[in-house]
Amino acid sequence: MNISSNRRTRDKIITCLTYAAMFVVLLLPFALFIGLAFKSELLFRDHSLGQLLFSSSWRPSAGEFGFKPFIVGSLYVTLLAMIISAPICLLSAIHITQYAPARVSKVVTTAIDILAGIPSVVYGVWGMMFVVPIVSRYAAPLFGVQTTGFSILSGGVVLSIMVVPFILNILIEIYRTIPKELTEAALSLGATRWEAVRSILNRKALPGILAAVGFGFARAFGETMAVLMVVGNAIRIPESLFDQGYPLPALIANSYSELASVPEVESALMFAALILFVVVLLFNATLRWFIIKTEKY
Amino acid sequence: MELDAMNEKRTLVKQREKSARTGGKLAEEVFCRTLMNIASILIVGVMGVILVSIFYKGISTFSWNMLAEDMGSGFYLNRGGGIRNAILGSVYLSVSATLLALVIGLACSVCMNVYMVRCPRLLHTARFLLDLIWGVPSIIYGAFGFSLMVFFGLKTSLLAGIITVTLFILPIMIRAIDEVMKTVPHGLSESVLAMGSTRSELSYKVYLRQCFPGIVTAVLLAFGRAIGDAASVLYVTGESARSPRGLMDNVTTLPVAIYNQINSPSAAIQDKAYASAFILTLVILIISLLSRYISKRYQKYRIY
Repeated sequence: MNISSNRRTRDKIITCLTYAAMFVVLLLPFALFIGLAFKSELLFRDHSLGQLLFSSSWRPSAGEFGFKPFIVGSLYVTLLAMIISAPICLLSAIHITQYAPARVSKVVTTAIDILAGIPSVVYGVWGMMFVVPIVSRYAAPLFGVQTTGFSILSGGVVLSIMVVPFILNILIEIYRTIPKELTEAALSLGATRWEAVRSILNRKALPGILAAVGFGFARAFGETMAVLMVVGNAIRIPESLFDQGYPLPALIANSYSELASVPEVESALMFAALILFVVVLLFNATLRWFIIKTEKY
Repeated sequence: MELDAMNEKRTLVKQREKSARTGGKLAEEVFCRTLMNIASILIVGVMGVILVSIFYKGISTFSWNMLAEDMGSGFYLNRGGGIRNAILGSVYLSVSATLLALVIGLACSVCMNVYMVRCPRLLHTARFLLDLIWGVPSIIYGAFGFSLMVFFGLKTSLLAGIITVTLFILPIMIRAIDEVMKTVPHGLSESVLAMGSTRSELSYKVYLRQCFPGIVTAVLLAFGRAIGDAASVLYVTGESARSPRGLMDNVTTLPVAIYNQINSPSAAIQDKAYASAFILTLVILIISLLSRYISKRYQKYRIY
């Protein structure tokens, strides 16, 4: 053996260090969960889980913590965003990968990259400046509603733009990995391009499409600043698109100044973070598992 | 007789083909193609609208004084002042968080790609866990960072912010570097090992050099995230109207400053929010351009 002991010790030290770093990073998800659960334990002394999740009265001063308005608000905004952005992303992904010439698809991918980079606060500012006035001036009178424009609809629209790059990148990746031979075989049998896409590519890509939309949902569910700025933040269960809502992340971000004063409020906010964390984690874990399962076929 | 029948058949087939080409099949094709074009145009158009409106509003309200002055005590009372402290705070915060995350992230991705390849099952579990935390929203890191801060008895400070943001960008950084390191061909590492190098030498003499463009892109990506994120630092950095002088100082970051400004009732301060948003967007755009340029430029030093 020609390796000097110097090199060997250096190798050992570096090996240990990298494993240590890896170990610490892999502890992070557990640390997040335990930290948040530990902090929200205080809330569970007086309240049951069902009461917290399904009661709609939120009066911290009276010790009542019902998270239903926030959970429902989050769901509405996120669902609306997905309804708007999923079809657009799907169509655009097919366009970019199957139809568009290289120059056009480069323009679109650059646009996505830029959209992905814009910080969420800037989306919020843009929403307040552009979307909110349009909703209050043009969209709401169309349905005979009076509103300031700060509404579920504004939140959904801004959010739908924010998740486009995220979903679209996954979809493009999926369509690119489908072997070209499939399309070629279909075309040679006399199918038009769209027929090939519809009945062959889309069937092949279906699990991936579902997963992409799911990941988009999880991403949108936790988005904070932009939604917070345009959604109005009134604590009630929204009944129409033009009602104000109060999503979970907005609740956490908005009440940070009250944190230090009342331990029970702090505990409630940590519980809100825990709900968010668990939802996002469940979504991600299920989808990964789903992808691994379907990849085998 | 037979010839006639054949001719008849031929024309029939031709007619059918024609109807197929001009009828439903084609209409469907054209219809869907139009929809797709609309979708792509919509995406590019929305991007354009966002950039143009932010730039238009921002440039008209921007003044160079904003970059030169601290907020001072009367900023939100409309007594003047700029956003220098917020910009400096953001830069300090995100540069140190990115460096910290780079060190840890490099170690992790090297660990996965050089050492853990020998036990694929462990590697799978590690990647799975990393993928899980990759999607965790930043507000959760904010809440976690806050409880961590309280647990260790820290006060709101730049340091607490750096730790929180590091945790937040670590998964992004590791995943980006790992994606690049995965593409290093096995043959390369095998031949290096066969020459008698140790695994650690393989990692920092070959992997780091081979993946350099990818690492630069990852760093810039993480830096962009760090500088643009408000939700994670909302809890932990406190607020301050002057430039930070040390790690234990309170800082205001640019995104948080924008959020506070736009929620102010005074129109003059809201104008400053537009200008600040313009600055932040510009910084992000420059970072994104830079990362494209650098990754293209250094691509040629790769071996394969």
